Amino acid sequence: MNNTVISVHNLVKKFGSFVANDNLSFEVYAGEIFGFLGANGAGKTTTIRILSGLSKPTSGEVNVAGFDAYDQTEQIKKNIGYMCQKFSLYEDLTVKENIILYGGIYGMSRSLIRKRLIELLAKLRFQEYENRMISDLPLGLRQKLAFSVAVLHEPKIVFLDEPTGGVDPITRRQFWESIYETASRGITVFVTTHYMDEAEYCDRISIMNDGKIVALDTPENLKKQYNAGTVEEVFIKIARPV
Amino acid sequence: MKRFLGFVKKEFLHIFRDYRTLFILFGIPVAQILIFGFAVSNDIKNAGVAILDLSHDEITLKLTDKIISSGFFKKTETLLNYKDIDRVFKKGKTKAVIIFENDFGRKLISEGKASLSIIADGSEPNTATLVTNYTTAIVNDFTTELAGPVLNNSIRISPEVKMFYNPNLKSHYMFVPGVVTLILILICALMTSVTITREKEFGTMEVLLVSPLRPIQIILGKVMPYFILSFINVLLILALSWLVFDLPVKGSLILLLAECMLYILMSLSLGILISTVSANMQQAIFISLIGLMLPTVLLSGFIFPIENMPKIYDYISSILPPRYFIVIIKNIMIKGTGLMYIWKETLILIIMTLVFIGISVRKFKIRLE
Amino acid sequence: MALLNQGCPGKRFFQQKNNYQMVKAIESSGISKKFGPTKALDNISFSVNESEVFGFIGPDGAGKTTLFRIITTLLLPDEGKMSILGMDSTTNYKELRKNIGYMPGRFSLYQDLSVEENLNFFATVFGTSVEENYELISDIYSHIEPFKKRLAGKLSGGMKQKLALSCALIHKPRLLILDEPTTGVDAVSRSEFWDMLGKLRKYNITIIVSTPYMDEAIRCDRVALIQNGKILSIDTPQKIKAGFSRKLFTVKSAEKYKLIKTLRKNPEILTAYPFGDSIHVTLNNNTLDNSLYEYLASEGIGDAIIMEAEAGIEDRFLELMEKDNGITNKA
Repeated sequence: MNNTVISVHNLVKKFGSFVANDNLSFEVYAGEIFGFLGANGAGKTTTIRILSGLSKPTSGEVNVAGFDAYDQTEQIKKNIGYMCQKFSLYEDLTVKENIILYGGIYGMSRSLIRKRLIELLAKLRFQEYENRMISDLPLGLRQKLAFSVAVLHEPKIVFLDEPTGGVDPITRRQFWESIYETASRGITVFVTTHYMDEAEYCDRISIMNDGKIVALDTPENLKKQYNAGTVEEVFIKIARPV
Repeated sequence: MKRFLGFVKKEFLHIFRDYRTLFILFGIPVAQILIFGFAVSNDIKNAGVAILDLSHDEITLKLTDKIISSGFFKKTETLLNYKDIDRVFKKGKTKAVIIFENDFGRKLISEGKASLSIIADGSEPNTATLVTNYTTAIVNDFTTELAGPVLNNSIRISPEVKMFYNPNLKSHYMFVPGVVTLILILICALMTSVTITREKEFGTMEVLLVSPLRPIQIILGKVMPYFILSFINVLLILALSWLVFDLPVKGSLILLLAECMLYILMSLSLGILISTVSANMQQAIFISLIGLMLPTVLLSGFIFPIENMPKIYDYISSILPPRYFIVIIKNIMIKGTGLMYIWKETLILIIMTLVFIGISVRKFKIRLE
Repeated sequence: MALLNQGCPGKRFFQQKNNYQMVKAIESSGISKKFGPTKALDNISFSVNESEVFGFIGPDGAGKTTLFRIITTLLLPDEGKMSILGMDSTTNYKELRKNIGYMPGRFSLYQDLSVEENLNFFATVFGTSVEENYELISDIYSHIEPFKKRLAGKLSGGMKQKLALSCALIHKPRLLILDEPTTGVDAVSRSEFWDMLGKLRKYNITIIVSTPYMDEAIRCDRVALIQNGKILSIDTPQKIKAGFSRKLFTVKSAEKYKLIKTLRKNPEILTAYPFGDSIHVTLNNNTLDNSLYEYLASEGIGDAIIMEAEAGIEDRFLELMEKDNGITNKA
């Protein structure tokens, strides 16, 4: 478990005089489910943008999937997947078209896309939906498909932004099962959310406040440390809003 | 009443807080008037002409003088022979060359007929046409002046240029009414439809509906600020056209303003109607721009005269309110006529307004479906 | 009741307040609503007592917003009857709208108006003033009052939510309807928000609130679990939890995915679902003995820890959903 896929040392990101990320240091390991928590405006989004190669750090060392966040952002982008709750799939394309599109975007060969498509439809028991528009699918199915598409190209790391917000309990549990399955294949899952019940599922979590990481450990250890019953209680104890 | 005033106050806050709205409301009309007035103007001013006078007599000199002193033209060069024509056009300053034939004056007096050629720079067709038209007009003017006392009406007068209401050929006379017509319908309809659909889109309409505000209060509250601002707009445009273009209102100013209010009201109610059929701001803007601006520009008689249109366009244009308003405003501003000549158009506008308001109030939903 | 249905405007309305004590705040029977072929609501019946905090808990798309729009008179039901504050929601909507405070699902205030201007506007629209009802909102509004000149669009998520609540309360409604007020808001602000709702109890305002987050159920007096346009259960959160029909066990191991798959293979296991840091398991014979440990060890999971646990709202929801759908996750 100790293969580091994300390593961040003394990361600082400033926008003018505003310090969005204030000297962050943490590591994420291969196959880990890492929860990245924080209140609105704590600086989570800034960090994610840096980790996914969309923005450059002001200072500090950031290495993602073996590539440098300053000058190897293109390689970083090829080695990560991304899924957020709001946008993920094109609603006016069919399931199949979406899969082919994303496979193409990540430069996968035709035969590989074909193979993954069949695997995916079988795994999700999705065959009957192959030629259905995304907009016709129930929310839960869309969410599962979006996740599968995000890991279609077998990235080293997949970033999930509030992946199960608002879904029903059955879908949510199935969703987490596929996250576990993905992690067991060695893909690192990096989850950002401000819903603390999602945090409970993670292997380790970090809590950010005011641009700094104020806690980083397993949910269990944090609950012990702060004498709390849930991660939510931990969060309320240490992350006062700005 | 307090509720209603509170609502109106809120609308004013929206308008004054959004620089874009203010710009559309006041910046665009002013810009349009100035652009149409100066840049896109059909007038020519100091267009370069060169003269090739092969006759060099008293009459050609007089005519040349009249052309140059008209203010429309500026003499660039005096040419000596035909070969110079090509050269002078290539320099680019000269838009036309006026050529008097040999013995121009003598032929005109003795034979009653002399020929004058105008060669214009066809690479600028619009200017070329204008230059030739203007020159022809001046020449005609000149021949009539000459004909009376001297020659017993024996001089041949060719194209007749009729400029009864616009003797100076100034096109502001045509543009100011057109721009007022276009701007008012665009701004009023666009603004009201956008402001209502914006409430739908941001979800605030939901909250307004679940309040004791009545639909008519919401509609009037939306319309009131724009009515006032559009009226100020009219005053602004009229003042501008008077100060900058010396364009006076020939007829009754009161009548003109009253007709403008009617037209504003019509446009606002049209805007509400648009908002009741559009689901979001994008649609509202689309309908207002494509559905109103294009037909107004193309079919209302603003640029192209309706008489010259195929019948089908004539029919289409007859359902466009701007068509009637343009007649009204031209009559009052330029011809100075009174209500008895435009009552028909006025009545049509009133009926249209009532129909639009009627449909809007009926279609305005008290619920979300 | 019939008499009140006539809707009595003005002062008479309030003089009859005593009679209202016997009336339910909301009484809904057989409400159905279709959008095209989709049934958004299917035969919804429930009643809400005066002055209670009533929660509708269910995922996105369950029909919560549609139901709330019917309650706020913004939509008409296709079938069924709803009586709100003793008035019929279809015929008497004008009178009703005066007595309802509504906070829609998304932030529905004017972003280009300041905090103060928004509040004043809603006060005027409802024919009152901020001063008149300041006491009611003071607890909430005091948090944002220092920023009253700031444009609403520039507020943080938590502050927007407080402003929206202040605006919904400013006319002292008898019924407060909050559609997913805590969605998109961080945990600290969410917790504060529920505390504020708790403080409103002393003003006898009936509050109905919807949320997709099961853990918020405990903040309500009673909740209705809603899914696919149907109500699965209505009760106090405690009783809903107690309704879980089996014993629930949590199983923990380092390798969660392997653990789930291994558990599902065992015929003794009825259900196995991931939940937080463990797997929630129910057993066919409902009793735990050493055989499960032995089974897991034989499958190469030696580090398993199994404990009996108290079922949560989400566990019960899941159970009800399965009953409703006839789904089990046994492969």
